[in-house]
Amino acid sequence: MELTEFVIKTLTILVVFVLTLVIAMYSTWGERKVAGFIQDRMGPNRAGPGGLLQPLADAGKMFFKEDFIPALANKWLFIAGPSLAMLTALLASAVIPFGSTFRYDGVEVVLQGVESNIGILYVFGVVALGVYGIMIGGWASNNKFSLLGAIRAASQNISYEVAMGLSLIAILMMSSSLSLGDIVAQQHGGNWNIFYQPLGFIIFLTCSFAECNRVPFDLPECETELVGGYHTEYGSMKLGFYLFAEYINMFVSSAIISTLYFGGYNYPGMDWVYNQLTASLGTTTGHNIATLIGTGVFFGKALFFIFFYMWVRWTLPRFRYDQLMNLGWKKLIPLAIINIIITGASVLFLKPFITSLLN
Amino acid sequence: MQLTNRSKQVSNKEMTLMERAYLPAIATGMAITLKHFFKKKVTIEYPEVKRYLGPVFRGRHILKRDAEGRERCTACGLCAVACPAEAISMVAAERQKGEESLYREEKYAAVYEVNMLRCIFCGLCEEACPKQAVYLRHDEFIPVFNDRNQVIWGKDLLVEDMNNRYTREAWTKEEAHLLDQKRANGEATNVVPRAIP
Repeated sequence: MELTEFVIKTLTILVVFVLTLVIAMYSTWGERKVAGFIQDRMGPNRAGPGGLLQPLADAGKMFFKEDFIPALANKWLFIAGPSLAMLTALLASAVIPFGSTFRYDGVEVVLQGVESNIGILYVFGVVALGVYGIMIGGWASNNKFSLLGAIRAASQNISYEVAMGLSLIAILMMSSSLSLGDIVAQQHGGNWNIFYQPLGFIIFLTCSFAECNRVPFDLPECETELVGGYHTEYGSMKLGFYLFAEYINMFVSSAIISTLYFGGYNYPGMDWVYNQLTASLGTTTGHNIATLIGTGVFFGKALFFIFFYMWVRWTLPRFRYDQLMNLGWKKLIPLAIINIIITGASVLFLKPFITSLLN
Repeated sequence: MQLTNRSKQVSNKEMTLMERAYLPAIATGMAITLKHFFKKKVTIEYPEVKRYLGPVFRGRHILKRDAEGRERCTACGLCAVACPAEAISMVAAERQKGEESLYREEKYAAVYEVNMLRCIFCGLCEEACPKQAVYLRHDEFIPVFNDRNQVIWGKDLLVEDMNNRYTREAWTKEEAHLLDQKRANGEATNVVPRAIP
């Protein structure tokens, strides 16, 4: 009994890990394909059908390139930079609930790497650590452009984390739980948070763009000003890890957005589907298949947001640095605070009023 | 002095609330990019799809045969002299008795080689040839080579295949000019391409 649970848990973690990597890998392909399509081109289509083997070719190229470390760089920190970036990016996917439960041999296993009652806090902690990879890499390169890029990344991430946290507080006030599983469960039945928190969603989305260093907030790697930003001195697979970590972050933040605002694995009419499946296939199989459908829906939402990231990247130009700071401190943070006040007032006064009206 | 009425005065006036909100402008931009996402792509996927490059394109060389399948080249060397890149070399030989069905003239090129790395596809060999033997095809390229041995093309690659002859609408400048005039007047539209100059 204990052993089965352990094996299933290990398998879940492994599957989550591999899925994150595969999705990040194919995001690089998707990015180039989306870029091509938006610019009226074909995108990669030589390696394999539709260019599907392109990520493998890129990875192979990265592995076999010369692994160069500049003479005056701090060797250990230079290696630690991309490793940290990769590590923190992968850590965050552990608490995301990919589906409801999986029944096997009378045991119910949650489709989630770690069931934590402070899931969202954990995600925030890990995401905040993510900037260390960039900081350390940029500093260790012993290059002024790298250092400037790293400093930009650090100040940008700190600025936008404030607004992000504040926009999230409104959600937490509504759900009164820090567990991602609970937040998803509360959105069951079309009760998605996006309908209650549209302003909070926009703030959160903008901040997650900034946290992932994506266009229009990709100032840390702004090639017109900083050559290549924090990864100017990097090559080979170490550069590959930096770029890869960005795509993993993208997937994780897409998953978090769909968890927090778009109901996670919930979809309209899921109760009807669940009843039909359990009635026709029995409680165990029907339940498992319903869970799998929910997981598919969840990945659909996450993939849509990855597409959204790319779509924005190939539409908008980059912000100037003062514009970035103005937007973060003077617009998003006050807006987030107003959002908190409105949410608080609604939870205190509007919700009892409406419930009394309905009863 | 005002040249056009398209110039616009630079203004630094305050943006309206709508403009400062960014989001409507961003939504407009995203709609534009999404429209392009579903547009037909302009790319021609080259090795699979080849575009017609027109009747005057100068592609791979061909040594023509006449209607009875005899080689037209008489190894006079005028093409080699005309060639600015010195890509053409040949060895002449005398036609023996019994070879009349193979070679049109009494002298022929026993070896005829074009160095494809040197050739600049200027078409001067074509113009120099008095026997209408050398042409640059308008419908075929030199394939990509990846070995030194593939660079120098001998007679085995250059001489025309009688089962798959190279056809053209016009074989001389005068003929092409006449065809152009006829087309401009709307007289001839469809000319059947033929293999013999």
